[in-house]
Amino acid sequence: MTDAALLDRPSKPASDGSGKPATVLTEHIVEVISDSGEGAQRCGQSLGAIAARSGNGIWTVEIIPAEIQPPARSVAGASGIRIRIGQKKVTNGGDETDLVVAFNEQVLLGRVRAGELKRGATILLESMWREHKDPQIAGSYVEAVKSLIDSGFRVIEVPLERECRALMTDARRGKNMFVLGMLCSIYSLDMTLARDQVARIFGKKDEKVIATNVRLLEAGFTWAEANLDFKYAIPAEKQKEPQIVVNGNTAIALGVLASGMDICAMYPITPATSASHYLSDVFERVGGMVHQAEDEIAACAFAIGASYAGRCAVTITSGPGYSLKQEGIGLAVMAEVPLVVVNVQRGGPSTGQPTKVEQGDLLTAVYGSHGDAPKVVLATSDIEDCFYSMITARKIAETFNMVVVVLSDASLATAQAPFPRPQFSEDWLAPPLDQTPVPAGAKPYDWDPVTGIAHRFIPGQPGGMHTLTGLAHDRMSKVAYDPAINEEGLRARSLKLAALQKALKTPAVHGDPEGDLLVIGWGSTQGVIEEAVDRARADGLKVSSLHLRFIQPMPSGIREILRRFRKVMTVESNWSDRREDELIDEDNRRYSALALMLRSRFLVDIDCWSEARGQPIKPGDVVAAMRAKLNEGTPS
Amino acid sequence: MTTPVTKTIIRLHEEHHSLEDYQGGVPRWCSGCGDNAILAAVQRLCRDEDLAPERTVFVSGIGCSSRFPHYMKTYGFHGIHGRAFPIAEGIKMARPDLSVFVNTGDGDCCSIGAAHWIHAIRYNMNMTVILHDNHVYGLTKKQASPTSPIGFKSNTTPRGAVLEALNPLTVTLGVQNASFVAQGVDWIPDLLYDIIARAYRHRGFSFVRIIQRCPEFLPKMFEPWLHDPGRTLLLTHANGLTPSAETSRIYKNQREHDPLDINTAREIASAEDPIPVGILYQNPEIPCYEDLRGAGAPRTAERTRIGLEAEFDKVTIWPDEAPAQPRVA
Repeated sequence: MTDAALLDRPSKPASDGSGKPATVLTEHIVEVISDSGEGAQRCGQSLGAIAARSGNGIWTVEIIPAEIQPPARSVAGASGIRIRIGQKKVTNGGDETDLVVAFNEQVLLGRVRAGELKRGATILLESMWREHKDPQIAGSYVEAVKSLIDSGFRVIEVPLERECRALMTDARRGKNMFVLGMLCSIYSLDMTLARDQVARIFGKKDEKVIATNVRLLEAGFTWAEANLDFKYAIPAEKQKEPQIVVNGNTAIALGVLASGMDICAMYPITPATSASHYLSDVFERVGGMVHQAEDEIAACAFAIGASYAGRCAVTITSGPGYSLKQEGIGLAVMAEVPLVVVNVQRGGPSTGQPTKVEQGDLLTAVYGSHGDAPKVVLATSDIEDCFYSMITARKIAETFNMVVVVLSDASLATAQAPFPRPQFSEDWLAPPLDQTPVPAGAKPYDWDPVTGIAHRFIPGQPGGMHTLTGLAHDRMSKVAYDPAINEEGLRARSLKLAALQKALKTPAVHGDPEGDLLVIGWGSTQGVIEEAVDRARADGLKVSSLHLRFIQPMPSGIREILRRFRKVMTVESNWSDRREDELIDEDNRRYSALALMLRSRFLVDIDCWSEARGQPIKPGDVVAAMRAKLNEGTPS
Repeated sequence: MTTPVTKTIIRLHEEHHSLEDYQGGVPRWCSGCGDNAILAAVQRLCRDEDLAPERTVFVSGIGCSSRFPHYMKTYGFHGIHGRAFPIAEGIKMARPDLSVFVNTGDGDCCSIGAAHWIHAIRYNMNMTVILHDNHVYGLTKKQASPTSPIGFKSNTTPRGAVLEALNPLTVTLGVQNASFVAQGVDWIPDLLYDIIARAYRHRGFSFVRIIQRCPEFLPKMFEPWLHDPGRTLLLTHANGLTPSAETSRIYKNQREHDPLDINTAREIASAEDPIPVGILYQNPEIPCYEDLRGAGAPRTAERTRIGLEAEFDKVTIWPDEAPAQPRVA
């Protein structure tokens, strides 16, 4: 899309610029790549913030090596950030990169080999390595530049270190702000906003630090104005309301704050932990607290204890931690204690890929814990949804006395994009603690015959004394091994899902309500899938998409939607067996998680296209997958 | 204004509790099981301390002793194996106004829940913990527990347990922030009551190990101690237990021990025969985690709104635009 977006007409000179004509673009993808600790992410986040404040749509994707300090100048150690800037709202990281700033050739090669650069992309490369005293390093650099040029990239060597040294003794630490200045020139961004952004990020430090970094910023801008022969402008179509810019994990933490929950119990785990970091910083100001438990099991049990005592609590984790919590989740299901569990998914199984995205935990979330353990599972579809999902989750947990699992993932965890600033409503908050006497004769599990819901008694309520148990129990919470009583409890706990399901709205189809192919997704891929559908539709393909926020229970109306499409396919970031593998056939193929669930529920031959590369799915790849699916079999 | 006499009488009746107010279901423990003695002592304590049943919670894990909450007429939480501590901690953090008790067995506490036990000591939350230590897994029918004596023949150690038994007292006394450690035996009910009462009155994590008999799987284990009072070492002190004349007449083997003295407490805890009975350690100065973390702080809608708006302000772009319409989550 960016190829087509590059409009071949010069615009009026940028306000801060030198009079160099700027090429007008609808969008562009830029990456800043460095060794760990060189500040590429801060540079990119700042660029995103400046562009967002200019009114552009942005989406940032952090490129994170698994280690804290991977070896310098290594292909695997690439640390950095991608920023996709658009005229309109941007909902995902897009396809390949148009422009890269790299602090050494090795980290750059990491991105090239991963296929993350567009053909002919512009590369701005730190040139200091050319004169490095170690001939091996200098040689490697020269060789890399030659091979990149031979591959058709436009390589521009930039003396980052030399330029920065004039302004700062430790030039390595100042490069990122110099690069930020360069990028402001390249994208015709307002330097007043840029200076303000620098002041914001160094706000906690002294004036001298801010002044040094502003000088670096300005030097980068001036260098680019004087030395680069190109300039872009991405005119903004500004939103009409105030926006906030946070990543998905911060949005989850803000959502916890807004939901009225006041206890978060957690144990450190990547990539979930930053949500708890943020919460640890702010929660106490509103009367909440984050408890760092001794382990994941304790975190879950602590949250269950707090919820039982009348304050609905949340526990936030990622894959391995989620596995450890299974027994506790089963207890909350059985005893009907409200509980919110957030799983920021990462690559699995086992330790897997801690910093990488995967939608691998759906079936565990829906079916996990031994026995029949019905729980609500909802998946956050974007950063804004991370915020509101927490409010929704707390409400459902307390209304139905159920476990609500909120699935996010590593890509939403660190991605940033603006969304409308939420307007606080007291309806978001938990009701006050009920300490009123329980009416005579009331039972702790007085399951409603239709909805299965029982009104639980909270410690402190006179007359409500009973012992809650994970054993099978009757309406009085008495341990019971009677066959009929066991089924009565199972039935009630299951019915609650149906009761919630009746309240859910059918999700809207993106695109026409009928056509040749319906693509179904869940979680963080909404932006990618919808962009792919829009591109395909622009090319005349009859494709639409459906995105599921609630996966358990699944809203009604989906069966009718499926009927209106010739073919149906899910797009997921998880593993499904490849049909081209010799041993794989229809009798043994393992489908992606959502496809499996949809096939079993609707008895429709729903296919899946999935990848588990640890990277966000690219819209271009989804378009290709849709074309392949449409061309499959006999043409209609 | 004076309160009418009848009203006062009614209130007295309502506010003062009898043993029946704490007696739940009929215990299903074996006759002669030490759990029965502990239940009787705890119910007596609740009555004497006049605990409001609705503001009292007994939390347990899994095992014979973890059935305890079912036999109380208070609130109870019969949890999962080994996790009574974190559940109880969550309850106490959410509701510091509740009286929290934990009933846990030697398998529940010292084996599957050992990590939680260590950290629960360190958190030092205000709760009374009773370790029902019968030295064997009973509910699963006779397997060796961490406190089983070496040589103990069980279904998993048919040729005798090969490991030395774990000593819950020395472990507890070795953890930072231990604030109350005591030991009782099920066959001396008066002292059992006194010890649990002292534990309840201590503000902090009060750990009471109770050595108890399992008539089913370790029937003769404590016979020698039952028949020879000299093999019980009674710890006495003005700040600890002050046994009655009658108790002292039987249990003459006494040692004055100041519960503030942790080094001596550790020395006493290490010696297992004679069995020390009494308060080994008490330090009222150690802060409780719930106090350090501001448990029970008021949470109001206004406070949340102010906090949230302040956070939004930090990340808002274009603050001058008209605000969005409130969204229903």
